[in-house]
Amino acid sequence: MSTSSVSKGCFVFKPSAKKKKTLSLEDHFIHGCEGADESKTRFKLCQDLWDQIKTDTELLQDELNTKILDSLLDFTRKCSSTRQHSDWASHMRASEIPTAALVLGVNVPDHDMTFQSLSELLRQSVTPHVASVQAKECGALKHLIKRVLERLMGTDVTVDDDEEEETEQTSAPLHKSVHCSLSTLCDWYTRNTKKSYSLTPGKKRSSPVKDNLQQPPIVIIFKDLEAFNARVLQDFILICSRYIERLPLMFIFGIATSPSTIQHMLPHSVSSLLCIELFQSLSCTQHLATVIDKLILTTHFPFKLNGKVMQVLISIFLYHDFSVRNFIKGVQLALLEHFHSQPLSVLCCRKKEALLNVMQLGHRDLERIRQLPSFKRYVEKQEPQEQEHLLTDDTHLKEVCRRLIKDLRKYHKHYYPTLRCLHTLTSSLPRYPLGKQIRELHLICLEKNVWENEEYQSAMKLLKMLAKDELISLLKKCAEILQHSKNMKSALLQLEAMLAKFKQLDTVVAEPPPPAEESITSPVKNLQKKTDLFQLQKALLEMNESRRSKKLSPFEVLRNETLQFVDSLVQSHLSPPESQTLYEVCYYSSSATVRRHLNAAPRTSIQAALNSPFYYLQNDRLKSEDGSVSNAAPDICIVYKLHLECGRLINLFDWLEAFATVVSAAEGNDPDSDSFGKVDDVKHARFIRAVSELEFLGFIKSTKQKTDHVARITWGGC
Amino acid sequence: MMSALLQQPGYEEERLQTVSKKLPCREVQAGMLLSLMGQPHQYSYPSIFIYGHQSSGKSHVLNVLLKELQLPHATVSCVECVSVALLFEQVLLSFFGCDAASLLPRSPSLSDFVRIYRQQSSQSPAKQTRYIVMEKAELLRDSAANLLPALLRLQELVEDNVTVILLSEIVWDRFRPNTGCFEPLLLHFPDYSKGELQHILAQDRNPSYSDEFYSAYINILLGVFYSVCRDLRELRHLAALNFSKFCEPLAEGKVKETDTHKLWRNIEPHLKKAMQTVYLREVSSLQWEQMQQMEEKENGAVKGLSAHTHVELPYYSKFLLIAAYLASFNPARTDKRFFVKHHGKIKKTNFLKKNEKTSNHLLGPKPFPLDRLLAIFYSVVDSRVAPTASIFSQISSLVTLQLLTQVSHGDQIDAPKYKCAVSMDFICAISRTVNFEIIKYLYDFL
Repeated sequence: MSTSSVSKGCFVFKPSAKKKKTLSLEDHFIHGCEGADESKTRFKLCQDLWDQIKTDTELLQDELNTKILDSLLDFTRKCSSTRQHSDWASHMRASEIPTAALVLGVNVPDHDMTFQSLSELLRQSVTPHVASVQAKECGALKHLIKRVLERLMGTDVTVDDDEEEETEQTSAPLHKSVHCSLSTLCDWYTRNTKKSYSLTPGKKRSSPVKDNLQQPPIVIIFKDLEAFNARVLQDFILICSRYIERLPLMFIFGIATSPSTIQHMLPHSVSSLLCIELFQSLSCTQHLATVIDKLILTTHFPFKLNGKVMQVLISIFLYHDFSVRNFIKGVQLALLEHFHSQPLSVLCCRKKEALLNVMQLGHRDLERIRQLPSFKRYVEKQEPQEQEHLLTDDTHLKEVCRRLIKDLRKYHKHYYPTLRCLHTLTSSLPRYPLGKQIRELHLICLEKNVWENEEYQSAMKLLKMLAKDELISLLKKCAEILQHSKNMKSALLQLEAMLAKFKQLDTVVAEPPPPAEESITSPVKNLQKKTDLFQLQKALLEMNESRRSKKLSPFEVLRNETLQFVDSLVQSHLSPPESQTLYEVCYYSSSATVRRHLNAAPRTSIQAALNSPFYYLQNDRLKSEDGSVSNAAPDICIVYKLHLECGRLINLFDWLEAFATVVSAAEGNDPDSDSFGKVDDVKHARFIRAVSELEFLGFIKSTKQKTDHVARITWGGC
Repeated sequence: MMSALLQQPGYEEERLQTVSKKLPCREVQAGMLLSLMGQPHQYSYPSIFIYGHQSSGKSHVLNVLLKELQLPHATVSCVECVSVALLFEQVLLSFFGCDAASLLPRSPSLSDFVRIYRQQSSQSPAKQTRYIVMEKAELLRDSAANLLPALLRLQELVEDNVTVILLSEIVWDRFRPNTGCFEPLLLHFPDYSKGELQHILAQDRNPSYSDEFYSAYINILLGVFYSVCRDLRELRHLAALNFSKFCEPLAEGKVKETDTHKLWRNIEPHLKKAMQTVYLREVSSLQWEQMQQMEEKENGAVKGLSAHTHVELPYYSKFLLIAAYLASFNPARTDKRFFVKHHGKIKKTNFLKKNEKTSNHLLGPKPFPLDRLLAIFYSVVDSRVAPTASIFSQISSLVTLQLLTQVSHGDQIDAPKYKCAVSMDFICAISRTVNFEIIKYLYDFL
């Protein structure tokens, strides 16, 4: 850009608005997209799907939080109403600040949403005066007070100070007209309540609750209590308690660890000013379970994750952050990647659209379908003539595709109910052979044929030992699950028939006991008489024999029959998605991409870059076998490689000599010549630069232990 | 005798009477103050320093005196004065009105304050001594170094009849700046004795019961709580919370008002329980009242705050915390013994140094560098873990959760040092959930 100015100076060029607009989300998506023709439709599909997922999860989270939020709201209402009593006891009681300790668990990223909905709800139904503060913006007491005042009184009061404060942090922060003290708030509050009280009769509509409360409480939310400076918090509480007579204050502490942190942070003299009540929120694992239940284990969304991607997302959750929000972000990433990298994802949508889209597939896309491994497998199974048809005739292929897509949908419609049934049956077994949570079972099923699994066999064995009432209650639950799906009607009927048979058993069993029982009872009776060991052993063996040879009771027969039925259901419906034709359309399978994006390993990649520069530079000269670095590699790689050979302290001069030798070899100098390996100014400079780069990356640091040496910070050698 | 103490010419007799009525058991101190203050128009001593424990009546006495005798005064709490500007403003505001306060420039200095004060007082000179009362004066030590000495001789600086009264829980010796300063008059407020507490508490009786009855209640209450708490405010609070329970048998008609022994038998266990719960704020007052109403049915249903110590952590965070604990409580030399596979048999006595004979757990956690934490982490965690960014971010979230503390300054990026801030019980509970026998790895328990 140019200016008409002759003089030297700095000129600010604001980027024109037009330029910014040109790069919309869609353009970003289409850029570098596989199969650009349908990229627009794919983008739209992706967008729609994500919007739907997003709204669904938000709804879900609100639902999950309602219980705790309701009790919190009750608490605030109760507190503000008890304040207005005037009997002897409340007059005598020291006025404490009502405080809700809200235990939210360590998944701090998720808390934002909870607090947001909490403060919205509070504003709607209890009080308009809600301020939430975070630890990082309240390093000192005055900042905390300032933030609280700003948020309660509306930003317009203090906006102009904000800019000034950046420059004069140390001096008195607030302008004359707005003192940064709670007495200002007090005045503001009395003015405000008086005004609204005189106004409310006029406009009843505004908020019916507020009318009952002449004094709506002022709620201050401390989002992350642990991170607050204890001193700041103590002082703030002390100040607030001085005003509690005039200001109906109320605190909400967001606690990530355990409520005993309050006692660690506040001494008795301060905590005695608070009236603390505890609220425990849903644990994050339960939260995740619900999200998976509603988001993953459903036919609502055509987009699916394969076993490995699922595994990555769940292990990030369990091993690293416990954050449901991050889990959903992971799903979003997978979704984007799938639509971006898989051209056939145009078919990953609702049934109607998918069938339509099949008809509009171009020749290139149909070729892509023919290349799909699952489709190839499908073709191999067909008759030779049909095979040829499929590989050559586009219209025929489209027809088949329509059918295959329908099959895939049907597979999902059978899969989830069956999965749930199997889970209800196995989740209460001792030692949980197939996992406690449904997600574990789902992972097993995604991996391979579940019925070939050892754990499945043992679960089945355990099921064969279930008592009658237990089995019946489980089966009833299964029947309930099956009722919800249209496609499992026949299975449901069969199951209900079996349940009816169980009921019939009740009436039958009441009649004469089977003869088998007698044979068991007799040795038991004998047992009581004889006491010596030999007799006992004999008796026990006898019992064992009799039990083995015992005829199966009608209940046992029926139980085996039922379990066989369950087994057949599992075998027909719970095969892994990889066995389905065209599964690639719906399933995202690149777990490595997800892992790379969500769980980055910066150190590993730095080391990879330094160890084998070819990996990133893609320069053939840098290619080398046996892991050694070619001497043509960038200086920093050579320096790095050399430093790996040293101990904890590195002699800089030796290092420089070695570096000069390697570099000279790279320059093709004659090894026998005098100048070979000599350090000249250029090499010296290159060396210094490389070393300081290494220092910058955190591999070495200067040390005072020895002159001319640097210390290694990393351990491990070559 | 009481009225004899509170006699000072220049004040109305009636007002002095009400003052002495409002200040039970503090007559001596009030009289002393009054004689220090002299007659309203007389100059008083420039600065008075009053110290005494929490709720020994310091602020109360001064407030009553100054309010009842209608003396011009400004009461400032030093906690509230996040900047000196607020302090100056409040003083000017209560002496000369808002116009004077608005004359202060932005971020005023002490000399600004003195200048404006002089200017204002020349316009409206003091007819009576003006009093500036500073509560929690110990916080003045943290503000600018010249503030405290200047306040102590403010009378001289502003040439006005003004007296500064400092209230603190700390003795004066702890205040004296090393550059020296004007010595204020010291006045000590001793704690209330048991008899005095009884006398004061008995005064606010419930209107629907007799004096004797309430006094008997206070007697029982003090019998339980006097050994742990002498804070008047707290005692009054506890008295209010438990009174309904005390009256219960009376309402049921089981006991007469005079039957103190039976009443005592009824309330004593209840008060003991209150001492362990509501007094420590394990249970909030509100919950305590609810518990009284529900009674017996589900007693103990409400758990105290410290009963909830369980913390759920992600899998690797647990191991990081375990590693941090080991690094904090094991000497670094012994790491080889615990974490290298073929360390050979080294007996404890062999590498026991003299100073290490005392238990490390008694000495508290020691700082350790990040390297050591990670080295131990990688050897205790059972699977291979890639050094991903989230491992490192978990360390810093453990710091924000106050399970670890960063010892070195936050600015130091290379080789930060940490300390483990969790208790033995906590870490044992954590390691049990991941099937890690931490006792086997602790040097103290070898």
